[in-house]
Amino acid sequence: MKNLLKQDKTYASVLIALAAVTLIIPFCNLISSVDSPLHFSAYSVSLIGKYLCFALLGLSLDMVWGYAGILVLGQGAFFALGGYAMGMYLMRQIGTRGVYGNPELPDFMVFLNWSELPWYWLGFENFGFAMLMVFLAPGILAFVFGWLAFRSRVTGVYLSIITQALTYALLLAFFRNEMGFGGNNGLTDFKEILGFNIQSEAVRSMLLLLSGLSLIGALLLCRWIVNSKLGRVVTAIRDQESRVRFLGYRVELFKLWVFVFAAMLAGLAGALYVPQVGIINPSEFSPLNSLEIVIWVAVGGRGTLYGAIIGAVLVNYAKSVLTGLMPDAWLFCLGGAFILVTLLLPDGIVGLLRRRIKSKSLDLSLEGEPT
Amino acid sequence: MTTNHAKNDFKTLPLPEHTAGPVRRNGGVFKSLLSLARAAIWALFLLTFSANLAAQTGDDLPQPLEQLRLGSMAEREQAIEQLAEDSRNLKLLQALQDGQLMDWKAESRLVIASESAKGYNLRDPFDGKAVLADVERDAVGKLNLTNKLRSVLRKAIGGLQLNADSADMRLEAVKAIAKDADDKALQLLRKRLEKERDAAVLAAIQEALWLQDLNGDDKPARLAAITALKNINNQDAYNRLRELAEPDAEADPEVAEQARSAVKKIESRLQNYAAIETVFFGLSLGAVLVLASIGLAITFGVMGVINMAHGELMMLGAYTTYVMQQLLPEYLGTALIISIPMAFLVAALVGVIIERGIIRFLYGRPLETLLATFGVSLFLQQSVRSIFSPLNRSVSTPDWMSGSWQINDFLSLTWNRFYILIFCLLVFTALLQILKRTKLGLEVRAVAQNRGMARAMGIPTARVDAMTFGLGSGIAGVAGVALSQITNVGPNLGQAYIVDSFMVVVFGGVGNLFGTLVAGFSLGIANKFLEPYAGAVLAKILVLVFIILFIQKKPRGLFPQKGRAADG
Amino acid sequence: MKIAFNPLRKLALTAALSSLLLASVTPARAEDGTIKVGVLHSLSGTMAISETTLKDTMLMLIDEQNKKGGLLGKKLEAVVVDPASDWPLFAEKARELLTKDKVASIFGCWTSVSRKSVLPVIEELNGILFYPVQYEGEESSKNVFYTGAAPNQQAIPAVDYLMNDLKVERWILAGTDYVYPRTTNKILEAYLKAKGVKEKDIMINYTPFGHSDWQSIVADIKKFGSAGKKTAVVSTINGDANIPFYKELGNQGVSAEDIPVVAFSVGEEELSGMDTKPLVGHLAAWNYFMSVDTTKNAAFIKQWQDYIKNPKRVTNDPMEAHYIGFNMWVKAVEKAGTTDPEAVQKALIGVEFPNLTGGIAKMLPNHHISKPVLIGEIQDDGQFVTVWQTNKVVDGDAWSDYLPESKPIIADWTAPISCGNYNTKTKKCSGQNY
Repeated sequence: MKNLLKQDKTYASVLIALAAVTLIIPFCNLISSVDSPLHFSAYSVSLIGKYLCFALLGLSLDMVWGYAGILVLGQGAFFALGGYAMGMYLMRQIGTRGVYGNPELPDFMVFLNWSELPWYWLGFENFGFAMLMVFLAPGILAFVFGWLAFRSRVTGVYLSIITQALTYALLLAFFRNEMGFGGNNGLTDFKEILGFNIQSEAVRSMLLLLSGLSLIGALLLCRWIVNSKLGRVVTAIRDQESRVRFLGYRVELFKLWVFVFAAMLAGLAGALYVPQVGIINPSEFSPLNSLEIVIWVAVGGRGTLYGAIIGAVLVNYAKSVLTGLMPDAWLFCLGGAFILVTLLLPDGIVGLLRRRIKSKSLDLSLEGEPT
Repeated sequence: MTTNHAKNDFKTLPLPEHTAGPVRRNGGVFKSLLSLARAAIWALFLLTFSANLAAQTGDDLPQPLEQLRLGSMAEREQAIEQLAEDSRNLKLLQALQDGQLMDWKAESRLVIASESAKGYNLRDPFDGKAVLADVERDAVGKLNLTNKLRSVLRKAIGGLQLNADSADMRLEAVKAIAKDADDKALQLLRKRLEKERDAAVLAAIQEALWLQDLNGDDKPARLAAITALKNINNQDAYNRLRELAEPDAEADPEVAEQARSAVKKIESRLQNYAAIETVFFGLSLGAVLVLASIGLAITFGVMGVINMAHGELMMLGAYTTYVMQQLLPEYLGTALIISIPMAFLVAALVGVIIERGIIRFLYGRPLETLLATFGVSLFLQQSVRSIFSPLNRSVSTPDWMSGSWQINDFLSLTWNRFYILIFCLLVFTALLQILKRTKLGLEVRAVAQNRGMARAMGIPTARVDAMTFGLGSGIAGVAGVALSQITNVGPNLGQAYIVDSFMVVVFGGVGNLFGTLVAGFSLGIANKFLEPYAGAVLAKILVLVFIILFIQKKPRGLFPQKGRAADG
Repeated sequence: MKIAFNPLRKLALTAALSSLLLASVTPARAEDGTIKVGVLHSLSGTMAISETTLKDTMLMLIDEQNKKGGLLGKKLEAVVVDPASDWPLFAEKARELLTKDKVASIFGCWTSVSRKSVLPVIEELNGILFYPVQYEGEESSKNVFYTGAAPNQQAIPAVDYLMNDLKVERWILAGTDYVYPRTTNKILEAYLKAKGVKEKDIMINYTPFGHSDWQSIVADIKKFGSAGKKTAVVSTINGDANIPFYKELGNQGVSAEDIPVVAFSVGEEELSGMDTKPLVGHLAAWNYFMSVDTTKNAAFIKQWQDYIKNPKRVTNDPMEAHYIGFNMWVKAVEKAGTTDPEAVQKALIGVEFPNLTGGIAKMLPNHHISKPVLIGEIQDDGQFVTVWQTNKVVDGDAWSDYLPESKPIIADWTAPISCGNYNTKTKKCSGQNY
């Protein structure tokens, strides 16, 4: 009981920090002028926005890996699909401002001599439809894939590797120019979102706010789910799948549910990510990217939800700083850090925090004892 | 468009800077034989050039040799043709073709140079035997060739060799001449036909002459040629027959009809050859996949370590090959063979260090091995980048591994793929024997099946773990040697193969070496049979989708592991 | 959910503050007395192979300029970052360079996608980017200066050479499946057809990045090339896939005499990492070869080898592009008397600087430069022998004349048009962000 409270403390502080970042930055930028010290530069805003999206992505993986015990090595695929759905909407908003000025077709289609929009692009000019697809595209893929896999009881490394195969196949498919998703260059050169200039300060702050709110919302939702009955069954499946099955639960349905939910969260993260970085291309599908997500979660601490957030932000912050500070040696630092974290912090950074808190309280109680 | 004045104005003049400058060895590098204006400039250039030459050497060496040594590409062509008149120049021309003919700067003369410890060993250009000197690399300059010169040279040598003593040489000569033969060449061939005794050479000459008959006017000769050629695998003959078989291409209906049936016959043979070729391509791709994944079949399959650094261990093997070749620049083939045990040792050593330093703390936590070994892979990649630079390194293919086994004009199997296929099977057999026959193998299997029981039986599990991981890593290193022969040796080598390796191991069934072998070969062959229809990318996507679906059907791969360990 | 706020206030505050700190590590550090130059090349990941050299080249050029006394009386300072072959990271790093480091100009990018990723940022913040690699054209930004070859400065002359000098009749256009090969092949296809080459004599093939198993494709090439007509391969195959490609060509017995391959992405640096045996005799089209014997080039090579402390290091075309680009930028800054991007952009147009291979490069109003085109045959020492070259420099053309949709479009950044995408038929400027 006490332990749970301790866990809650970290959880609460993460939540508060998130809320602070989400609210303070757009607020400061709203009230202050560009030169004031309170003002956050566009660089910081888009960087923090990016971290928040990655945190949401990490959170989605922690749901499915940390709680349902399914190590997905292809979470990036769902992220990228959400991103592509958003990117397609943004592409359609360019209209006649494209290089070749075609009102219907994006530039790369004009270039490939396509005469009309392929069917799967239809409807994406509508924001509502695009938002729907942000959830549906990864959701449906996860549903079909998960339904097949969980029903035939594919587990463990087999499942991990075929999720990797999935994202790898998508990577190759999206690289193909014939697919109609812009090939290697992907979708880029966005102009407007809902009629607002995508590069304007206000839109940036707004996107940051949205990302933050989504992350907080997702965190609350996930926490509610894992504490609900459903969540407890899922955790039980993680720990003893056969036993849960023998108790009469339809294990595959629970797993499928979490898998699809996590895929949709990842899709949302992708959709928020694309307008902030201004490009979506097939490299987001690369197996290496999906592997990195696993690493964020592991570094932060698996099965804690907020651990994934801390891990995603820290690893990416380290990457941003190190690629500028020591461009030649940052991979040594990152690689070394991964090794050390695994060896010394089996429960990730969150585990370290918890141990600190625990040992502190232990110290206190020892101090009280007469020697 | 706006700014393109010069766009269609590709005439070819040497830039002023070059003509005005002093005459250099490569002074006439810029060339083309197109415009008259250029010819005029050349004439001028030549004048200065010869004046200079006289001043430089001051004696009257044979003109063509000097042209060859210092002249432009056009002059070299003339020189080669002149030299080809005299059979005493054969050695010299061959050396030129092989890139061994060099300009000895100090003596201003041409020599045949071969690599030596000091640099080059120089020999007389005419007999190729008399040793002149042993000099540093800088003391000589290579004579550059272009494709045009190479083909002139090939014909010239062919003409000279046609009367050589060795039948192999004559055959080569016939083939060289027969390729787009002109009247002069045909005359040479006819002359040779009368004297020739060797069956293979005779056949080659005969083919060339039949082809000539086919183009002639004599109808019976043409029909006879068609009948003869339809049973022969000759690319030129097939092309010519196909032309004749085109509707309206041939005035004589009988000839056209015969040509059509001949083409049909050849094409049915072609189909068979194509099938053989595709199977071979598939097997060789499969061999690469098996080699790349067999080490992983041990570290991942047997030990359960999700070894993301597997690719980098292969990379280390490939770099070992590079280092060995740098150490033994004169013996590339030997270096390659020595690299096999060396790569094994290097990769195994790194593997043991990884196991002792990191992985042994993580047993029972397989997913965390993924994180740690990913860290290791970043580390190894960047180390290689720092030590060897991020550029690719050049690993040479020894002569016995280049080229192909030319079965006939339509079917040839490349040697390097052939060797890799055999190598793959050897490595696999050796590994299987180690696991089946040796004490280590017994212990490895015992630990993999039941660690606790194995320890209770007195097996030093810690040592066995280290040895097993070392073995798997060493095999990865050996695979790296093979990969160095077909792909880039650079820091990214490992990443290119890691996903495929995992796929093969999982498809075959984790923990089953034989499964890995079957999986690798079947995926390779499937890929190659799909490729002509779907294209390279789509074929790969289809194979991946197939694996995903297959795993639904058989969730534990082709050869599922049975028993207690299967639940892990 | 009950959260104990009181004892946690401190912790939460620290967290919030640290995140604030994280965000605001953006002091404008532009010290007086230095002019910063951004270098945006991948030093890790897949592109490090090509791009690391360009980073070193930039450091050398900046070093040299400082030895000459800097620029406008100030020292130059290189700011090197690593975008790690990660395309969104390119945009992020470009923003970092422009807003945090306040660099006066950026030299960087290699792949088209990295340039496309950086483009909106550079345009938004009105920076200057020098892009040193041959590319597909169909673009001209106010803020980008393209010092690499446009298709008309590399691909078309190469095809002309093959057609006129080698009498090639059958064509294989082989490339990696991305925008540069797609565009180049599209232009070449249109160009070949305009020259009377029939559809059945053109074979187009695309492969994925890093394709390593070329057996089937080379077998196809061999078949296509054995039909009795002279055949050539025009290769836009990208970097890493080249070694296995040429190895397979060599092993299957396709020699340069039978089917020459002319490549647009294989230069001295790539060759230094290859076993050159199977490549000898194949061709490449560039605007610079290390083997070109001029005083300027010899000096440049020596400078580079001294700087990198390796007498065997080679120079290549993109290095020359940076050399020209950097020197043009220096000249333009001196001309404008300021590093203000707006002024420098204006001053850059018309700036001239001698090429290393002879002739003068000039920055054109469409932000491309004029260059000579050279075609060379690969030798076994990894160098090229020039077999053909244009008699004067060729102007870079942003919008190809051989593509119907870009035919009426021109780029001209001088008044009165001042547009990178100006349609001469409709007299409209489109596709601009402002």
